[in-house]
Amino acid sequence: MKRRFSLLPVHIILIICGIGMFLPFYWMLTTALKTPLESLRFPPTFFPQIFKFSNFVEIFREVALLRYFLNTIFIAIASLLGVLFTGILAAYAFARMEFWGRDIVFIIFLALMMIPLPVYLVPSYMILFKLGWIDTYSALIVPWTVNIFAIFFLRQHMKTLPQDLFDAAKIDGCGRFRTLWQIVVPLSKPAIITLAIFDIIGSWNSFFWPLIVTHSDSIRPLQVGLAYFSREFSTNYPLLMAASTLAILPLIILFFFAQKQIIQSYARTGLKE
Amino acid sequence: MKNKKLKSALTGFAYLTPALLILLVFRIIPIFFSVRISLYDWGMAGARQFLGLTNYFRVLQDPVFWQSLLNTFWYAIFSIPIMFILSLFFAILLNQKIKGLGFYRTLYYLPVVTSIVAVSIVWKWLFNPERGLLNYLLSFLHVSTIRWLEDPRGIFTLIFNPLHINLPTILNGPSVALCSVILMSIWKGLGYNIVIFLAGLQNIPTAYYEAAKIDGAGRFRLFRNVTWPLLTPITFYILVMSTISAFEAFAQVWIMTGPPAGGPLGTTKVVMYYFYEQSFELWRLGYGASIAFFAFLIILALTIFQRQFLEKRVTYA
Repeated sequence: MKRRFSLLPVHIILIICGIGMFLPFYWMLTTALKTPLESLRFPPTFFPQIFKFSNFVEIFREVALLRYFLNTIFIAIASLLGVLFTGILAAYAFARMEFWGRDIVFIIFLALMMIPLPVYLVPSYMILFKLGWIDTYSALIVPWTVNIFAIFFLRQHMKTLPQDLFDAAKIDGCGRFRTLWQIVVPLSKPAIITLAIFDIIGSWNSFFWPLIVTHSDSIRPLQVGLAYFSREFSTNYPLLMAASTLAILPLIILFFFAQKQIIQSYARTGLKE
Repeated sequence: MKNKKLKSALTGFAYLTPALLILLVFRIIPIFFSVRISLYDWGMAGARQFLGLTNYFRVLQDPVFWQSLLNTFWYAIFSIPIMFILSLFFAILLNQKIKGLGFYRTLYYLPVVTSIVAVSIVWKWLFNPERGLLNYLLSFLHVSTIRWLEDPRGIFTLIFNPLHINLPTILNGPSVALCSVILMSIWKGLGYNIVIFLAGLQNIPTAYYEAAKIDGAGRFRLFRNVTWPLLTPITFYILVMSTISAFEAFAQVWIMTGPPAGGPLGTTKVVMYYFYEQSFELWRLGYGASIAFFAFLIILALTIFQRQFLEKRVTYA
């Protein structure tokens, strides 16, 4: 294919806009390294005059950031384990079993995915209240141990596995559950890893639900803690930016390692529709 | 025979039980429960009084509800088309077999993986009227200080007032503050749409383009008659997703605006925030449940409308 025009203008547009896209991150980082006084200087300095790395230490003293981190990590892992457990079992039933009621349940699941959060938020809160779970880890974990999208995603994948495999397992006397555990799960590893990444991003960034079901500082996940911190320390910009940097850093690292997987699976979910 | 059927159903449901149980308690029961709550004056201590449909009528007569709906409407009207055009534009640029595709894609995608809370804090700082980076950069272009998140004036008013045209309140447009929130949300969501458009573009077989070229189609005709029709399923998906996310905008408002959040003068109080405020700050749970239902009905109606509207033009490759 002969090119009818040069790609140079394309690169120029992409780079200029790319700088614009990156600028907020750059500003976050430089502000995080400034002294409070320098951060308020106008016109601002594009490069910190003194690198105040101690902002990243001070932040842990000003606010229970470490606690928020540990809470988020604990919640993310616990709910992920739940999502995988419920997801793999349900997907297996939907993909590889024939039984009465299967399709009806499947349609119900599909419909549930369309219901937006506010519709079930108020009553869920009351149910959690009745259970005495408000302001506990259970309220942050248990309702999120099912991810309907995960079930669909795994079902799609399990459907592509060849039937011969299952026939062979059956002939060899391998039971249903053992087939799932020893054949289906190992073969679904890429799909499971993709899902795990999605789920971790989701729980790391979730805000609305934890905002509502937590009241005490010791139970708060990172995003909620950060949000309240931003209201309290609304003018200490270096500390605010240091906290924001730390809050997004783990996901940016994850993103760099699993970039292909994340982008491709986002793209694929778009195409599935 | 019947026994075998029963047995297979039991096994099947055994596998579904963990998921079903959680969904039953935290999704299915709440949805029905929500209907009941909306029929009561329901406070923190429980149901106080049966009201029938009164909550729904009150919501419809509530000027703040209509204001929040208008704010959400402006949010959607501005963010969806701008994001749509920009992301399609960048996706087309990235689809030209250029060097550094991975680099650019990462750059534009970065805001998508970061948390809305953190980036809202960062943008609030960028928007700071006296010390913020944006006003500093704009000062080079001789733009006078913009009070971004603090300015309640509608942007249509700002455009038309110098021409001595007075607009009715409803046409004031989104406030400068709401536009600032929209700007941030576009920045945050752009990469997601680019990646989906890009995948759609890469899915179009090159044979179509070659055939069209042989027939003498120019660049514009190629886009109009090949790319655009084959992209319709993606277009539909992006429109539906952006509509839903416009209605779900919440954290941005909670963090960036105010105090009190939703300000200045309630011009950034979107539906989701109003729902939150009524339900979980004022603890008017019955009223909140009614607002949630209206929001759900609107999202549903819009999705069906988009489906109907686009279905006629959808060309599946």
